[in-house]
Amino acid sequence: MASILRFRKLCYVEPVKCSSLGFQSYVTPKVGKKDDGIVPKVKTVVVEKKREQQKKKKKKRQPKEWRCIDYCCWMIGYMCTTWWLLLFLYHCLPATWPGFQVPESPGTRLKREGLTALHPVVLVPGIVTGGLELWEGRPCSEGLFRKRLWAGSFSEIFKRPLCWLEHLSLNNETGLDPPGIRVRAVPGLVSADYFAPGYFVWAVLIENLAKVGYEGKNLHMAAYDWRLSFQNTEIRDQALSRLKSNIELMYLTNGYKKVVVVPHSMGVIYFLHFLKWVESPPPTGGGGGSGWCAKHIKAIMNIGPAFLGVPKAVSNIFSSEAKDIAFIRSFAPGLLDSEILGLQTLEHIMRVSRTWDSIVSLLPKGGETIWGNLDWSAEEGHGFSFAKKGQASMSGNNLNNSNQRSLQLKDPVKYGRIISFGKEFPRTNTSTNFNSSCGEVWTEYDEMSRERIRKIAENKAYTARTLFDLLRSVAPKMMQRAEAHFSHGISENLDDPKYEHYRYWSNPLETRLPDAPDMEIYCLYGVGIPTERAYVYKSSPSEKCKNIPFRIDSSAEGDEGSCLKSGVYFVDGDESVPVLSAGFMCAKGWRGRTRFNPSGMETHIREYRHKPPASLLEGRGMESGAHVDIMGNVALIEDILRVAAGATGAEIGGDKIYSDILRMSERINIRL
Amino acid sequence: MPLVRRKKPAEAEKNSGSDSGNRNEKSEEGEEEENGKKRRLHKKNEKSKAKKAKEKGKWSCVDSCCWLIGCICTIWWLLLFLYNAMPASFPQYVTEAITGPLPDPPGVKLRKEGLTAKHPVVFVPGIVTGGLELWEGHPCADGLFRKRLWGGTFGEVYKRPLCWVEHMSLDNETGLDPPGIRVRPVTGLVAADYFAPGYFVWAVLIANLARIGYEEKNMYMAAYDWRISFQNTEVRDQTLSQIKSKIELMVATGGGKKAVIVPHSMGVLYFLHFMKWVEAPAPMGGGGGPDWCSKHIKAVMNIGGPFLGVPKAVAGLFSAEAKDVAAARAIAPGFLDNDMFRRQTLQHVMKMSRTWDSTMSMIPKGGETIWGDLDWSPEEGHVPIKRRQINNGTKLARQDETGSLGSQLKSAYFGRIISFGKDVAEAKSSEIGRTDFRDAIKGRNFANNTCRDVWTEYHDMGIEGIRAVAEHKVYTAGSVLDLLQFVAPKMMARGSAHFSYGIAENLDDPKYKHYKYWSNPLETRLPNAPGMEIFSMYGVGIPTERAYVYELSSSAECYIPFQIDTSADSREDEESCLKDGVYTVEGDETVPALSAGFMCAKGWRGKTRFNPSGIRTYIREYDHSPPANLLEGRGTQSGAHVDIMGNFALIEDILRVATGATGEDLGGDQVYSDIFKWSEKINLHL
Repeated sequence: MASILRFRKLCYVEPVKCSSLGFQSYVTPKVGKKDDGIVPKVKTVVVEKKREQQKKKKKKRQPKEWRCIDYCCWMIGYMCTTWWLLLFLYHCLPATWPGFQVPESPGTRLKREGLTALHPVVLVPGIVTGGLELWEGRPCSEGLFRKRLWAGSFSEIFKRPLCWLEHLSLNNETGLDPPGIRVRAVPGLVSADYFAPGYFVWAVLIENLAKVGYEGKNLHMAAYDWRLSFQNTEIRDQALSRLKSNIELMYLTNGYKKVVVVPHSMGVIYFLHFLKWVESPPPTGGGGGSGWCAKHIKAIMNIGPAFLGVPKAVSNIFSSEAKDIAFIRSFAPGLLDSEILGLQTLEHIMRVSRTWDSIVSLLPKGGETIWGNLDWSAEEGHGFSFAKKGQASMSGNNLNNSNQRSLQLKDPVKYGRIISFGKEFPRTNTSTNFNSSCGEVWTEYDEMSRERIRKIAENKAYTARTLFDLLRSVAPKMMQRAEAHFSHGISENLDDPKYEHYRYWSNPLETRLPDAPDMEIYCLYGVGIPTERAYVYKSSPSEKCKNIPFRIDSSAEGDEGSCLKSGVYFVDGDESVPVLSAGFMCAKGWRGRTRFNPSGMETHIREYRHKPPASLLEGRGMESGAHVDIMGNVALIEDILRVAAGATGAEIGGDKIYSDILRMSERINIRL
Repeated sequence: MPLVRRKKPAEAEKNSGSDSGNRNEKSEEGEEEENGKKRRLHKKNEKSKAKKAKEKGKWSCVDSCCWLIGCICTIWWLLLFLYNAMPASFPQYVTEAITGPLPDPPGVKLRKEGLTAKHPVVFVPGIVTGGLELWEGHPCADGLFRKRLWGGTFGEVYKRPLCWVEHMSLDNETGLDPPGIRVRPVTGLVAADYFAPGYFVWAVLIANLARIGYEEKNMYMAAYDWRISFQNTEVRDQTLSQIKSKIELMVATGGGKKAVIVPHSMGVLYFLHFMKWVEAPAPMGGGGGPDWCSKHIKAVMNIGGPFLGVPKAVAGLFSAEAKDVAAARAIAPGFLDNDMFRRQTLQHVMKMSRTWDSTMSMIPKGGETIWGDLDWSPEEGHVPIKRRQINNGTKLARQDETGSLGSQLKSAYFGRIISFGKDVAEAKSSEIGRTDFRDAIKGRNFANNTCRDVWTEYHDMGIEGIRAVAEHKVYTAGSVLDLLQFVAPKMMARGSAHFSYGIAENLDDPKYKHYKYWSNPLETRLPNAPGMEIFSMYGVGIPTERAYVYELSSSAECYIPFQIDTSADSREDEESCLKDGVYTVEGDETVPALSAGFMCAKGWRGKTRFNPSGIRTYIREYDHSPPANLLEGRGTQSGAHVDIMGNFALIEDILRVATGATGEDLGGDQVYSDIFKWSEKINLHL
């Protein structure tokens, strides 16, 4: 302590001394020199004397030369040395700390049980998690050739943010590359094993698969450019053809063993698209013939499937907000609203993300039948209140499985109203168009007049059906582009020839599953985390350049025990996908022989209850149920490994359900 | 935040109570002075300055160390910051300022000409350049899952060398994985774009291809495990099937455009194997049918291809030495020989590399017909490269050289790939007394027990065997095989099941259907694909190992008993091509021009028995000119075996062919060496 005190004192006192001394020492020699040069030798004696004096002074000063900079250097050196020392000690630590037993990974355990690699495994990553790299760019991106723009360290965001945004956006008209820019998906397992350094996505699963004998030849990552619409990945990159060829190759080279497909998040509907594509005839399809899936695929193990879309996507497109941003806003108002460094962060994000067609694929599907109308919703009474969450985390176990349902709310929440507007609306500002002054940040909101914005807000509530009208009016270009690739309805008659079109292939409610009675479909997802379901919006009291006129009303809080928080209604789910979307198809839509599943392939629901990591040492937890963290869930990994090693759904225990998905599905009135 | 908060009150406190602070300071200074005095008593003999510093008592040794480290760190960070803040085009700007404007990279140049991606391109990397990663290992390799063991930073070599050697070795019997270890090739373009950080292999070519519109979907790196024999890559990893499927896919999705294959180094042989494999019927081959190649391949552009093997491989197998090691030994004798850190580096390397079957694919093929016998070799009378290098390789100088070729008196016997003693290497064949070594009894295991865990097959040979080998004196390309069989029986037994080194008398013999002959161009026919083109592209103008002078190593038990005789230098004439015990000829530093060019110059030219469909062949040589200055890095006109991948002329040729040009469009043959003359001298039935 004493040394620190002394150090601090020196640091703060010394500069004053230093500067005065430094000044003297700096000036006097100069004078001396001048004298030397101009004045004849008569004065040299004097100068000599002066110099001697100076020397004496210098000698005196010598010990005091311990300057501020030196202290800084000393400090830095001290810290570095300590750091290195600690690092060295850390490296010297034995890998297995005595006493601290690392829990055995499921891979090791199952290997001991005698499981070995049998069926080849295909991993299909979801949105956002896949890496993107640059193949051709504008001059501002020099030196980034084949470097990652997305995933990895993201260091370019800080170095050249605008350049980065420019390269990640797509063409606003076509949804493909803008001229002169080619950003492509990173191929191979590296594309999505880690999203950022240390933040695993598939890495844990891959490692466990490797433990039972998987390697490059029977493990394939179907990386694709997740920004594009599904059919465009084929048109631009032939990603679907490559996936087909890879599956065929692995089937062939692994002794005619069918593959097990493990898609995650958006990869689930991407693979749904693939299933239809591969059996369709050539110009738009892969021409694999009608038996392709039955021949090549053993099981599809969907992790956190977004079959029927996610409400999050709505808020994302509508105001590029999600729960996280709304929370931040309520914590630190003014932080995101102010134009930090003139960046207009949210607006930029909105502009870029609206060029990505794939987000549209995640909009809620099935309209009011599935997601509820103004007064009714399948989940009402099953809300996820924060009081319950508190209980859950306290008791921590499946005890509260029963009382979760018993805690019925008196006034059921109207989940059907995915977007509703609060009451107050500022009627003051009626200037029509403020496009001119808003600089380069362009979002389609600029083109909307104030009147229309107000009309939107006055409509008060939007359901999953009217939502599309809303989005079409706020983002006409994007919806026009993307709706050529995606559809969100429910088909009346699946024999209608229009359903041959590829835009219906990724909607499970508008396609039939392939004719493959032996194939199995799993829905594996986490439960026990509040998940966004509906939003309370307000129109923002904007001035000129606040381009996004709507935002989540983070002041809208429900009372204790309600599931409204910071303007967002929550239900049960895995933090991103509500249980209804993840489980409905497996629970009802495809169960048994339905019109969506004519060959009657088996479906299994495997839910994993969320259990937050007990301590920091556990990292992201081994029993997590969160959308991405579930990829490290031990139980889920074990299920996948068992199926990959040849087990069937019945053998791993059939359905495992914690939530109310069956009851909810029952209430949905859909013709099967 | 907490930091700032904590600081501020402290400051305020100081300002308000500065008086008390001063007082404290003074008392503390007093203490320090006392301390200083004590110390002064101990160190009277120090200089006055230092004493005065001591008086203050702050400037201790630890402090100055910290200060130094701090200074260095700060400066380092500052420089790092400046470097990061530097615009990316700055180095180029400096280079241009010094050397004048650089030529456009070929990609940019051809793009201006309007060329765009057309044919899919497949790269086949060579030996050593491909990355390998760990999929399963022993406990010592904990935490290395899917980390690179080979290629990349090689950090593990230093951290746990023995563990590394253990994981890189293969099973001595099967040539496949040892139990419990799975090391697999890295896939994708990253497998071999850079070998180590900053040391490009394919990266420059890839970047130039990307400039004219290539991307992942029409480029493919056929990465394979280069340690195992070619057929084993299919048996273990199904690599050949993968390549077949990838080429089929790219041809199908690219609108039916045939693929352009660019193999490098050993990849050339690997692809030769592939072409036979893919058309062979199913159990042993890929079952693609007899016209697969003509349907899917437009051109094979071999870069630095060791079609007929490389003499370097012999030295590598015989004593784990190559020119580099020999040169190192000449410069610093005793450095490699002594048991540094008890590592026995060379022995370990030898033990490891002898488990790699693939090295045997590069043993010289074609025996004495190609590589010359005791008295004759195709390259004899060849102008030593050294003088040409002194003349700095300008073309004028070369013409003088060829003019004075007749005056060359003494020529080296390149045919003697291994000779014991320099006098033997230079003697007339009649003067050499040879005794047959094959019957020699392999003696007692003279050193097995004392040599710790380093085991090489030499220990089984015994002293008699070693002496017998040395007494045979001279080995040609034919007898070198016997020699290797004698010194490394296990390895050669494994390898002879996968490779063959002869010349076929009758290609219709059904035995040539076996895969061991597929990678030898002298024992297989090219596929029936008259539309295909084969290019042989290699650098010339660098001395390349061709023959070795060996000696029995004098040292004790635990060493490799043979080593290159680095004292064997040609004394009088500067012009001889013997240096440090190695005879060098024209080539690209690794592959002699003869090996790289012969097949395209003669063996396959026109309709021969090796090329029944008359596939057109072209030779493209690139004269080596070393980088003018350090800023150029590894040069844009290099002809060296790996650096040639950055040669602009070569890249331009590849780009032109990939965008649709034929060999004629490129200008046909481009020859600097005497390859045609040498080929003529080789008497091979075609």
